[in-house]
Amino acid sequence: MTASNRLKGGMINRRKPLSFSFDGKVMSGFDGDTLASALLANGVKLMGRSFKYHRPRGPLTAGSEEPNAIVELREGARREPNTRATVAELYDGLTARSQNRFPSLGFDMMAINDRLSNFLTAGFYYKTFMWPAAFWEKLYEPVIRHAAGLGRASVEPDPDCYDKGFLHCDLLIIGAGPAGLAAALTAGRSGVDVVLADEDFLAGGRLNAETHSLGDDGGSEWAARATAELAAMPNVRLMMRTTVIGAFDHGIYGLVERVADHLAAPVDGQPRQRLWRTYTKSALLCGGAIERSIAFENNDRPGIMLAGAMRAYANRWASAAGQKVAIFANNDDAHRTARDLHRKGVAIAAVIDTRDHAPASTDYEVLTGATVTNTKGRLGVKSIDVTTAKGVRSFDVDALGVSGGWNPNVHLSCHMRGRPQWDDRLAAFVPSGDLPKGMVVAGAANGQMTTSAAMAEAAAIAATITTDLGHKAVKADLPQASDESADVSAFWFVEGTQRGWLDQQNDVTVKDITLAHQENFRSVEHLKRYTTLGMATDQGKTSNVGGLAIMAELAGKSIPEVGTTIYRPPYTPTAIGVFAGRSRDQEFRPVRKTPSHNWAEEQGAVFVEAGMWLRAQWFPKEGETHWRESVDREVITTRGSVGVCDVTTLGKIDVQGKDAATFLNRIYCNGFAKLAVGKTRYGLMLREDGIVMDDGTAARMAEDHFIVTTTTANAVGVYRHMEFVRQVLWPDLDVQIISTTESWAQFAVAGPNSRKLLEKIVDPDHDISNAGFPFMACGNITVCGGLNARLFRISFSGELAYEIAVPTRYGDAMIRALMEAGEEFGVCPYGTEALGVMRIEKGHATANELNGTTTALNLGLGRMVSETKDFIGATLSRREGLMADDGLRLVGLKPCEPNNPVPAGAHLMTAGTRVDAKHDQGYVTSACYSPSHGHHIALGYLKSGDQRMGEIIRLVSPLTGVEHDVEVTSAHFIDPKGERLRA
Amino acid sequence: MIIDHPLLGPRDSAEFTYMGDASLMMRPDGMTKDGRAKDTAKETARAFYEYGYLRDNPAGRHQELWFHEQGDRSWLVVTRDTTTHEITAVELACDVARARGRSS
Repeated sequence: MTASNRLKGGMINRRKPLSFSFDGKVMSGFDGDTLASALLANGVKLMGRSFKYHRPRGPLTAGSEEPNAIVELREGARREPNTRATVAELYDGLTARSQNRFPSLGFDMMAINDRLSNFLTAGFYYKTFMWPAAFWEKLYEPVIRHAAGLGRASVEPDPDCYDKGFLHCDLLIIGAGPAGLAAALTAGRSGVDVVLADEDFLAGGRLNAETHSLGDDGGSEWAARATAELAAMPNVRLMMRTTVIGAFDHGIYGLVERVADHLAAPVDGQPRQRLWRTYTKSALLCGGAIERSIAFENNDRPGIMLAGAMRAYANRWASAAGQKVAIFANNDDAHRTARDLHRKGVAIAAVIDTRDHAPASTDYEVLTGATVTNTKGRLGVKSIDVTTAKGVRSFDVDALGVSGGWNPNVHLSCHMRGRPQWDDRLAAFVPSGDLPKGMVVAGAANGQMTTSAAMAEAAAIAATITTDLGHKAVKADLPQASDESADVSAFWFVEGTQRGWLDQQNDVTVKDITLAHQENFRSVEHLKRYTTLGMATDQGKTSNVGGLAIMAELAGKSIPEVGTTIYRPPYTPTAIGVFAGRSRDQEFRPVRKTPSHNWAEEQGAVFVEAGMWLRAQWFPKEGETHWRESVDREVITTRGSVGVCDVTTLGKIDVQGKDAATFLNRIYCNGFAKLAVGKTRYGLMLREDGIVMDDGTAARMAEDHFIVTTTTANAVGVYRHMEFVRQVLWPDLDVQIISTTESWAQFAVAGPNSRKLLEKIVDPDHDISNAGFPFMACGNITVCGGLNARLFRISFSGELAYEIAVPTRYGDAMIRALMEAGEEFGVCPYGTEALGVMRIEKGHATANELNGTTTALNLGLGRMVSETKDFIGATLSRREGLMADDGLRLVGLKPCEPNNPVPAGAHLMTAGTRVDAKHDQGYVTSACYSPSHGHHIALGYLKSGDQRMGEIIRLVSPLTGVEHDVEVTSAHFIDPKGERLRA
Repeated sequence: MIIDHPLLGPRDSAEFTYMGDASLMMRPDGMTKDGRAKDTAKETARAFYEYGYLRDNPAGRHQELWFHEQGDRSWLVVTRDTTTHEITAVELACDVARARGRSS
């Protein structure tokens, strides 16, 4: 296909032709094209269907503010919906598809919605699909979702990677148009550390879209020279294809650099995009301006676009929007489109100006005091009706450029909740003084609507910033821009317009705003949500001000009285992947491995995530086909002989200092002041509100030295709490703490043969006999011929047991030594499942029981709570409501029919009462099959449970369909007198 | 946000953990003068109730506790405007606590 609308000139590289396809049709363009410019050059104006009415649409703009030309780009896993064709850089082999149409773009069955538009006005979802309620999920929503919505997600994992980085600079300049370049030259030549970012792939902004001169150069030539100079400066970082997506607190900006979106696929080793968290001392917003449309009947047909965009397509991309063009505007700027297109040989049917005084032309007809009142052409504009004082005239055109003036691009200036202010002269909002800290705005973004004024202001502000940063400002000696007029007279919509589009992306018309007003939606925020004006991927960049103007007129208010909605980051749609960066799949978060991990892997262990830790869950032996077989064997072996488990993951906090005992006495609800050196004690830690925070042990290694353990899950929180108590509550206590969780590899050695095993490991000069090292003893020892280690005689399993700790780097050697020494006893390693089974059999609490609502009394540990000292949680733990006699108590539960399971989460009901929340008596917290007893057992909380031993109660689990009888027992299913652990 | 740590200089707020109102440092005393726990004293319970549950929620200047968890593990008192996030002072919490009469 020949490029029927390709003009001469432009900033495309004609020596580098590129092939691409749209809806399967192969076409060609050039390096430097966007998908939209290449399609236009190929005579394709119809690029999409609208969201609600499925109206045929073409591009409205030539930039990132585009509402209409939204396509699916690429294929397979890289398919990306809702991509703006106006900013998609063309590359060889690019494939794009139109979206939101069935079966084809030219014939879309859903276009019936357009005929039904009277029923699909603002708020129609809320009005129509209200009843019956049950139909919403099953019928209405699926149908609406199929009919509306935009593109399709690929539904495959993203094959690309994304990076995150940090940048620091003295001055971030946002936008590399004439103002941004002038500012960057000024600051850059003065030695300021500058980052200059622009979303475009070519610096220069509007200079590339216009034909006026800068000094002796054309604007685009000057931009290219300025860019080359900046790129050579070591103190300037020029970042093209980089969008500043948000302004945040304290001078922090979010920048998304599109590293590879202009390529078929990222270069090996490169990410697709990078998110730069950028710390700035100051920022200069040179974001330019965005043109706005005028609302008139059927102003949304393909071929109707903003006049400035039409000029940009012609001048920069050598693409004509049509062969015969008209312009409709309320300002001088748009006349330049007619002038430039005429010079390039495009026929100008007429320039229609709403004003009575408009620049005349000898090359084409200019109609003043005139408006476009309607257009025709189903898949592209074919003719327009123009109304003047003399009557209605029809013009045959295949493109219409529209301009309602330009809005300074205030978006980023409002990200910290500042509101822009109205400028009557420009008939537009400009940034107010309420800017993000450190930000200044210059150029068109600040209402300087001519190139020379914009550049002069930006250079002057850059010089001031340079001086403020302590540099000597070098004058930028900027060229003079050719004169231009930016005269504008506010004009928002043609009188009598009904279906005149304001927001083309959301299909919001003048009629919808009128309806919303009739229905009393008066706040702009309500208007936005009711009509959807300004929502979706373009966030109303071309439509918001027009909508506000109409609302203001209806309400008899001024536009500033109506106000704007809040501007929020991101500035343009941003791939979720770039926020995730490398934190996905296996790298979602760090993995912590225990010191015995490699050894456990060799044994074929099955691992489970416990927070960030990977812990061995069980160790299957050959022939074992079900996890229960392995777990049961591990429990039986441990209880029958000896087992070893890596318990390194438990938090370890080293507490030292003269006041260490006083400190622990305040942290724990039970007493620690009198704990003897060489002894370990179980401790219960409360929150200040009296609820249990955590439990663990504290071992007194010396008068002024304790080792505290925490649960795996609470290691971080308990440490933070202890630092708070130490630094903030009692800053003069002589106590120092540090987390040593990862410094020591710790193994539980449990079972009747555990001492015999350890005697082979512990050096013989340390007496670990029952008399020499009794239950709850602790001490420094040496093992394996002189390695320093720590031994604690504590038991989670309920057996005779020890925990032995060695420096982490010896952890792997230690587990191998323990296994070798235990071989004669048939030692087995056990995982977290067997650990859990044994602690349930013993009635020890873990996180399941310490669930954030638990008191010491609930746990049956009420007597541990000291009444003779102050400690964190003391006073509020004594609250009446927490002390009630009929409160929940920890009990054991066993099924009356031995084969019945006792699921965790099941609720407990008194036999014979109704099963409902009102009669609820408690719930099951932990459950397992007990190989020691041969049936299921459970722990749970039961009202007055301590007084209900032997009672048969009803266990119900509506979720799992279980309902049967269980017997209330002691929580200690094995060795209730504790004889084994003292053996 | 950037918190200007009194020992380490400006650090990103992502390194910190937020706790809340700096009034949390003024924990009431749970003991009587004769050194016994005031287990039944109504005024003690009242004081702990207010300490534990009642906070001002100002729109504007707010003193709050931040923990430099990914850093030097200092507790800091940060004076921040809750409406603008402007930070006007950053102090070591232990210094503030001592200045408010807390000791051992």
